[in-house]
Amino acid sequence: MTSGGVLPLTTGERARGYLRAVGAVVWKDLAAELRSRELLSAMLVFALLVILIFNFALELDIATRQTVTSGVLWVTFAFAGTLGLNRSMAVERDRGCLDGLLLAPVDRSALYFGKSIGNLAFMLIVEAIVLPAYSILYNVNLFRLGLVVVVMLGSIGYAAVGTLLASMAVQARTRDVLLPILLFPVILPVLISAVKATNAVLLGLEAAELWPWLNLLIAYDVIFTAVAFMLFDFVVEE
Amino acid sequence: MIEVRRLVKNFGLKPVLRGLDFRAEPGEFVALLGPNGAGKTTMLRILATLSRPTMGEVRVAGYVLPGQASAVRRLLGVVSHQPLLYGDLTAEENLRFYARMYGLSDGARRAVEALQSVGLGPRRRDLVRQFSRGMQQRLAIGRALLHDPQVMLLDEPYTGLDQDASSMLDDVLRRVAVAGRTVVMTSHDLPRAADLATRIDVLSRGVIAASVPQTEITPAGLIDLYRQVTRD
Amino acid sequence: MQPMPRALKVLTWVSAGLFAVALLMTLFYAPREAVMGDVQRVFYFHVASGWVGALAFLVAAGAGVIYLLHGSRRWDAVGLASVEIGLAFTLANLISGSVWARPIWNTWWTWDPRLVTASVMELVYIAYLLLRQGLEDPDRRARFGAVYAIVGFLSVPLTFLSIRIFRTIHPVVVGNNDPTAQGAFDMTPPMLQTFLFSLFVFTVVYIALLWHRVRMQALAEAVEQRKMKLLSA
Repeated sequence: MTSGGVLPLTTGERARGYLRAVGAVVWKDLAAELRSRELLSAMLVFALLVILIFNFALELDIATRQTVTSGVLWVTFAFAGTLGLNRSMAVERDRGCLDGLLLAPVDRSALYFGKSIGNLAFMLIVEAIVLPAYSILYNVNLFRLGLVVVVMLGSIGYAAVGTLLASMAVQARTRDVLLPILLFPVILPVLISAVKATNAVLLGLEAAELWPWLNLLIAYDVIFTAVAFMLFDFVVEE
Repeated sequence: MIEVRRLVKNFGLKPVLRGLDFRAEPGEFVALLGPNGAGKTTMLRILATLSRPTMGEVRVAGYVLPGQASAVRRLLGVVSHQPLLYGDLTAEENLRFYARMYGLSDGARRAVEALQSVGLGPRRRDLVRQFSRGMQQRLAIGRALLHDPQVMLLDEPYTGLDQDASSMLDDVLRRVAVAGRTVVMTSHDLPRAADLATRIDVLSRGVIAASVPQTEITPAGLIDLYRQVTRD
Repeated sequence: MQPMPRALKVLTWVSAGLFAVALLMTLFYAPREAVMGDVQRVFYFHVASGWVGALAFLVAAGAGVIYLLHGSRRWDAVGLASVEIGLAFTLANLISGSVWARPIWNTWWTWDPRLVTASVMELVYIAYLLLRQGLEDPDRRARFGAVYAIVGFLSVPLTFLSIRIFRTIHPVVVGNNDPTAQGAFDMTPPMLQTFLFSLFVFTVVYIALLWHRVRMQALAEAVEQRKMKLLSA
């Protein structure tokens, strides 16, 4: 066998290696999930159940539905999201796989991005199924481009912080309960903006109502991603 | 190849390694023995760059840890008592994933070669979830060898293996050692360690309490030495 | 065991004394407010508690940053102590706010930005403590605590910002005034003096409590160390 290569890498090689590692982690999560489908089915069933419960809890007549849809959707996504985050990080922890990742000669941030992109992908898949389901069940038109953009931006912020916090929560004894407790107070800016923006899209409000929230979402996504990516090292390095 | 001087590791206030000194020359196969809780796993994790020393000097292949940890990782192959494998992927997929993480360009070929060298060629398309413990351990070694590391660190690799699996592991390790690598293996299995290693160290109460070349001691002598050094 | 440092003893007496003075000032020196009456006196300690809550949060985040950079356990103790104290003062802030709001606006609670933000801050504090509690390894506890304190500290002002914007775009029509709005009453000089003095006193009390708590942590660790030595000998 030829040597694994102890030669110093050029910047280009290092960048390619970085992206390759990120891609590898994302691929691994998606491929494993496609096989077992445990995570996605859990998230999906949970999300649909939550929507069902809301139907009875909130007495959604046609008029109220318009104003409440936005909140219902985001509450659903937030809760289903914690399921996904927990499982995604638990996989790494339970068989010591995190060590396997840490042993690889890649920057820790590549692991962070790999995991958060994977988590984002799971959230988006669930959202892509829940939105049409909600549309059909409640006769609300959710097929708007603006909505897709908002859902995407909100999910990015959620996954960025969620991945960081889930990496911590999963190492605690109280792992399942702890993630929502840690995540929800901190993710409020993203949730608030996402709900308001979704509302603006659904009610067909003018752009002046929508843009501030979109801008906020983008700003939050950037801030949270930057902070999470810087702090991730400290969470995984012993 | 490996140089450790006055290594101290505390977990919070609790000292685990208390000023440990250790050396391994290139090509040596060191068996690290010791009672539970002596700090063998801790020491191995520090060498594997998974844990940072509280105090002391650690050098692997000339690189200083923890500062130059990222440079060292390429040279290390680690087998821990957890398999570090993804159950929902096949054996081949697991290896190809790690090949990519290690930046190996010919990952597919290496994966197949590694599988064959640990005797898992025919099972390469099977999910790791379905593997026995012995097979997982063999696959873990295959993973550790993928990038042709100069240093192998093994933490109690024989745990949970039956007779057949253990003999297979013996073969693999003998081949590994012959290729000129430096190997550090922790173990509870005195006779086996005595058989495979070129040198035997005993870690007791946070320091290396005894170090003896394999040629200078018999298996019986080793058991006596071990008892003597680890006695309360 | 090291005896309590002289400076700390002095500080403790001084802060107790100052607190008594501040209490007297709010009850007797500050004039009775024209519209709201005596219940307005809650204001002085209410805002001061809120101030300490925010200060404690800042200190916890700062201590977290320093801990992550230097790994000194002392800074972890400062962070933990600050969170515990901040938790208590924020709770005082929320309760005193409720007490004040009830007779004036006939409600225990409004969803105004400051109140919601204070509650969120309280929840972050509690989450911090629960996170630490769920971890065995003391190093991990310190590291994760530091990380969460930093994330929380960044997020809470953003929450405040989001809710503020929320209100300017969609003014709330339910007719309650913002109970902490400036200019809800004009402060005469004695009121201003009482207010500023309260802020000052609470800060001093915070520092004293912080020092005590950090010292307690150091003592607890010393006890742990002796216990371990005895057990392993």
